[in-house]
Amino acid sequence: MLRKLTLSAAAALGFAALPGLASAAGGESLIHDYDFPFEGWFGSYDTFQLQRGLQIYTEVCASCHGLKYVSFRNLSDETGPALPEDQVRAYAANFFVADFDNNSQLMDSLTGEMRTLTPADRFPVNRTAAAPDLSLMAKARAGFHGPYGTGLSQLFNGMGGPEYIASLLAGYLEPPACAEGAEIDGYYNAVFAAGGYPDSCIDEEGHRMAPGSWIGMAPPLLGDDVTFEDGHEATVESQAQDVAAFLMWTAEPKLVARKQAGLTGVIFLTVLSVLLYLTNKRLWAPYKNKVKKAK
Amino acid sequence: MAGIPHDHYEPKTRGEKWLHRRLPIGSLIYDTLFIPTPKNLNWMWIWGVVLVFTLVLQIATGVVLVMHYTPHVDLAFASIEHIMRNVNGGHMIRYFHMNGASLFFFAVYLHIFRGLYYGGYKAPREVTWIIGMLIYLLMMGTAFMGYVLPWGQMSFHGTAVITGLFGAIPFIGESIQTWLLGASAVGQPALNRFFSLHYLLPFIILGLVIVHVWSFHSTGNHNPTGVEVRRGSKEEASKDTLPFWPYFVIKDLVALSAILVVFMAIVGFMPNYLGHPDNYIEANALATPEHIVPEWYFLPFYAILRAFTADVWVVMFTNWITFGIVDAKFFGVLAMFGAILVMALAPWLDTSSVRSGRYRPMFKWWFALLVIDFVVLTWVGARPAEGIYPYIALIGATYWFAYFLVILPLLGVIEKPLPRPATIEEDFIAHYEPHTGGTKTVVNPAE
Repeated sequence: MLRKLTLSAAAALGFAALPGLASAAGGESLIHDYDFPFEGWFGSYDTFQLQRGLQIYTEVCASCHGLKYVSFRNLSDETGPALPEDQVRAYAANFFVADFDNNSQLMDSLTGEMRTLTPADRFPVNRTAAAPDLSLMAKARAGFHGPYGTGLSQLFNGMGGPEYIASLLAGYLEPPACAEGAEIDGYYNAVFAAGGYPDSCIDEEGHRMAPGSWIGMAPPLLGDDVTFEDGHEATVESQAQDVAAFLMWTAEPKLVARKQAGLTGVIFLTVLSVLLYLTNKRLWAPYKNKVKKAK
Repeated sequence: MAGIPHDHYEPKTRGEKWLHRRLPIGSLIYDTLFIPTPKNLNWMWIWGVVLVFTLVLQIATGVVLVMHYTPHVDLAFASIEHIMRNVNGGHMIRYFHMNGASLFFFAVYLHIFRGLYYGGYKAPREVTWIIGMLIYLLMMGTAFMGYVLPWGQMSFHGTAVITGLFGAIPFIGESIQTWLLGASAVGQPALNRFFSLHYLLPFIILGLVIVHVWSFHSTGNHNPTGVEVRRGSKEEASKDTLPFWPYFVIKDLVALSAILVVFMAIVGFMPNYLGHPDNYIEANALATPEHIVPEWYFLPFYAILRAFTADVWVVMFTNWITFGIVDAKFFGVLAMFGAILVMALAPWLDTSSVRSGRYRPMFKWWFALLVIDFVVLTWVGARPAEGIYPYIALIGATYWFAYFLVILPLLGVIEKPLPRPATIEEDFIAHYEPHTGGTKTVVNPAE
């Protein structure tokens, strides 16, 4: 019971985990700058990567974590996982609204009618109280924020949410030697900064001797956790990246449309700026030339 | 001060004459659109139009967002996600609104510093300056309350911190805080009233903007030389000025369009860069974020708020002389509001008879230092209050006050200003004539 409580506390802390913390603990360098296909001005989601990510989420993460803001219908988005409609229907058929006040197979106490379960239109909420919802996780964490907290590195590396998730999932290492014999719940993770930390790993000046902290979540990926139909590799790193990419899509399903709108806007406004500049030059020319000719 | 002499509206057709006798709206539009404007305005005189555009953008996007938003603690966060996922174009509208706030403050800071450098606040434009400061204060209030509405972690805990500032007022602080929040803690009453005020204040800003424009249309535009337009006759005035339409409208549109290229790139490619990841976590009273950081545009004044800690001698002295009524927290609050107050009082603190910083050799350097100070305060405001950062903040805050309370009054007495052009026409000619001046004729020695 006590262990369970501690785990919930650690997870609750993790919920409030701040990117600032990672830098305070010197964890910034541990977040690997993975190359995701959706980065950059022209980046877009890799359909197959999102489909692999969906499979990993479904077979591994979904046992605890929910995706309560994500609708099933979006799984067929062309710029998203682009699943055929029949596959989306088949996927959604496994989920029902867990609202027993209004939907249950039980008899209605007033009318005596038999009710059936309502099919859900979106992913379920968390199955485990301590596990945070993952819908927005890729936007709720930042991987980069240097130098000196100015956030300038984010201009080049992006905000780093997916990098943080992938690094964390691949960040389960052997606990440092200083933690040997220390009584601490959870699992050592070199990227997770907001969990429990044994006193034996804090030196006299109060500095932490090892990066990261102890996380409540057991290592979810061990390698070959899922088998992909197309035989794609399923190492810890590749799975971590695939599921991180999928979570970026769940957090920002309109990313591709947004970048297209941004690019159209930039091109249109650049042309407009040039035309207006030339108009302005011509408009003012008589007054400026008069000065030049007068000399 | 009499207005600049210029042609006035003459109703020509029967219809115009009919309307003009009953409502001189044609005259109002004509006089506003064709107002004589100093020829020599440089590219720092474009922020006003950018700001008007941004206000309209914020109101237009805001009105649409309200159609889909729900101001309820259990539904607000989800309704934002509804906007981001299900509303047609909702993600773009929301990102425009979110980053529009940053564009608003970026432009207003350049607008304010333009006024500070060229002495735009000086007589007879003090009222314009004061109204501008009121607009700026209302903008801060509006932006703060808008940031609460998504009901994320930063929204919630930021509200607790900022309303807590009012709690630092001696004796009545706690009552004021409770009155502001409508409860003893941040919750449904606070969210609902902030939503209401976030919708109301922009329209008050709009009203003040009209008065702001009216006031400088009465005094005439300020300009980079600080020399007034000649008002002896229409001919004389027309040598110094050109009508607002089309000369300045087109020029302002060039600048606006170029700025929107950058704005569009931010919205399209990095819409969350200026935000904070924690606000994508739904508000949770039980989990406080490690660092509560305000939005970037509040950081300079947030740094001043935190700069005056209990171990600073001014704070200790004030504490002692007020019998402990003014503690470090309240001192910080006073300093923060005082920092804006001294800026608003600039017209009376600046003793120099010369308006424009262009002709003030010593002022230039102190002003440059003020700009650097502002940037440093912005940076240090985002840093944790530990190590060397509080000292940097204290130095920065001290300079801010020293600039307005000591340097501005003293400079007017000790500084020997450079000769100024006699007229705006002279300045315009000096800028565009070949060989003697103007940017085109400057030879770069490196070439």
